[in-house]
Parts: sequence; structure tokens; C-alpha cells
Amino acid sequence: MKITLNGEARDLAGPTVQDALVQIGLGGAKVATALNGGFLPAPSRAATQLKDGDALEVVAPMQGG
Amino acid sequence: MPVFYGTDVESPLMLGTALYPSPAIMAEAFRASGAGIATVSLRREGGAGQDFHNLIKGLNVPVLPNTAGCHSVREAVTTAQMARELFDTPWIKLEVIRDDDTLCPDVIALVEAARILSDDGFQVFPYCTEDLSVCGRLLDAGCEVLMPWGAPIGSGRGLNNPYGLRSVRAHFPDVPLVVDAGIGLPSHAAQAMELGFDAVLLNTAVAKAGDPVAMARAMALAIQAGQLAHAANPIEARDMAAPSTPVFGMAVLG
Repeated sequence: MKITLNGEARDLAGPTVQDALVQIGLGGAKVATALNGGFLPAPSRAATQLKDGDALEVVAPMQGG
Repeated sequence: MPVFYGTDVESPLMLGTALYPSPAIMAEAFRASGAGIATVSLRREGGAGQDFHNLIKGLNVPVLPNTAGCHSVREAVTTAQMARELFDTPWIKLEVIRDDDTLCPDVIALVEAARILSDDGFQVFPYCTEDLSVCGRLLDAGCEVLMPWGAPIGSGRGLNNPYGLRSVRAHFPDVPLVVDAGIGLPSHAAQAMELGFDAVLLNTAVAKAGDPVAMARAMALAIQAGQLAHAANPIEARDMAAPSTPVFGMAVLG
């Protein structure tokens, strides 16, 4: 399905958010997710189905002030 | 030493993790300064996040994630929720910005986001202005720490409004206060502590110095000096001289 992943158009099989993370190589990574602007807790990823047009943000720890 | 939401912090220096020449220099700056808290952020995972997370854990200091770059309540709240899960902490340095030239906090959105997050169990460290009404509203919203700016982030201008910061200290004597942002020199950090602030949060002044490790140490020493000075009850400034050497007993020679 066609989603926007971190601002870029991607075509991923899904069907869940957890599947999508595995498909982009972040299945076991320490990341946090937001779906369509709302926080998606890690335990909910496997039960959350992606659909065309969804915007998924995947973030990780980074430098900050 | 400062106490934030019941947690004792080992140093009043809170140090950012951004803009260093290298990760090794950042880690060395933390060791040299003995900083008590490390601020971090969340960004889109491009491959560097996992190594950075390990580096941060190796610093062995409490982590304070921020919502830097957020311009709306919703962005800030979502970012805070992601940070809580990722760093396993209820602490959040809440930044909501309106103006990109000054990075001045949007205090209206800040208060709203602070209330939402406090109600959700977060322990909010709001990056705010030195406005007494805003500070009061943030406390009403559930904040137990206030972090007024010294000057715009990264400007290195020091304390633009010492009077305002002194007023915040006087109005809220029991609230832990942090000067966050604008520090350029150790003397600025010392001044904040002399005013009776509990801690200083800085990043650019250390990370962008020619020798970040030496500057980190200098900041730590200045903060310690300012803290000691405040506790020592400094003299009041006066307009005219007051001789320190006794006048009595001076020989008459003229």
C-alpha cells in the first residue's frame, strides 16, 4: 500500500505497522511511532493496520539541547 | 543540588548533546563537567539513532528529552508521548515555538500543552519566558519546575533580563528554577546561580566552543562558584565608595 513514511512516499506490503517496520529494517530497533499525527504506542503496532494514504513517522533518539 | 519532581540531581549543570565536533568529544565534555542531566531529542530514524542511544546510556546521567522544533500543542504532545516510551522517563523538556528568528516560546500553546501532559502523568520542564503570569499559569497547569530563558537559544547573549529572572526567583521561592538557553560564557552561568537559580541548562556555549571539553569544565566551575556565592549572601551594591582599610589609627602626615 502507498503510505508516507517519514515524509517520503513508500509502497510497503504491511499490512500492520509492525510489519512495515520489519520491511524497512527497523523491526527490532529502538524507535517510537506516530500514525497520522497521533502517538502509536509500541504494543499497538502489531494490531494496527495500515491503509493507503497513511502518514507514519518513525523516530529515534537524537542529539538535542 | 537541585531536586526535580522528587529526584535528586547530582549537578546544577544540565548539558545538551547537540552540535559537538564528535560523539567522543561530547562524552568527554560530560565527564569533564560532571553534568547532572543530558538533554536529547527525537528525530526521524535515518540510521544513526541506535548508536546515539547507546552513547547516551553510556553517559550514565538522567536523560531529559525535549520537544524542540514543535510549533503546535498537538506536535508537542505527540512528541512527548513518543519520548516517554523511547527513553522510559516521565520527564519532558517542553518547547513550543512560534517565532523562528528568536525561538521565543509560544507561551499560550505552552501552557495548554503543559496542562495536557501534566494531566497525563508527565513531569514537565517548560522552556518559558520570565513573565510572572506565564510562570504562574504553568504552575497552575501542573508544572513543578520552571525554565525561563536567559536569551534566545544559541545566541550566547547571557541573561537579557536579570531583573525579570530575579523577580521570578522572588515570586516563586520554593519552585526549582532553571535558566535555559542563551548562555554564552561561564560568567553568564555564574550570574544565573548568583540570582538563586537552581540550575543552568546550556548546549551551544560548550559544544561550539573551540575546546568544548575545557569549556564544559569552565561552566561547571562557574556554576559552582555562583551557587556558593548565592549561599554566602552577597553584599548589596552601593553608589559611593566605602573604605575597606580602617581610617582610625591612620598617621597624620600632611
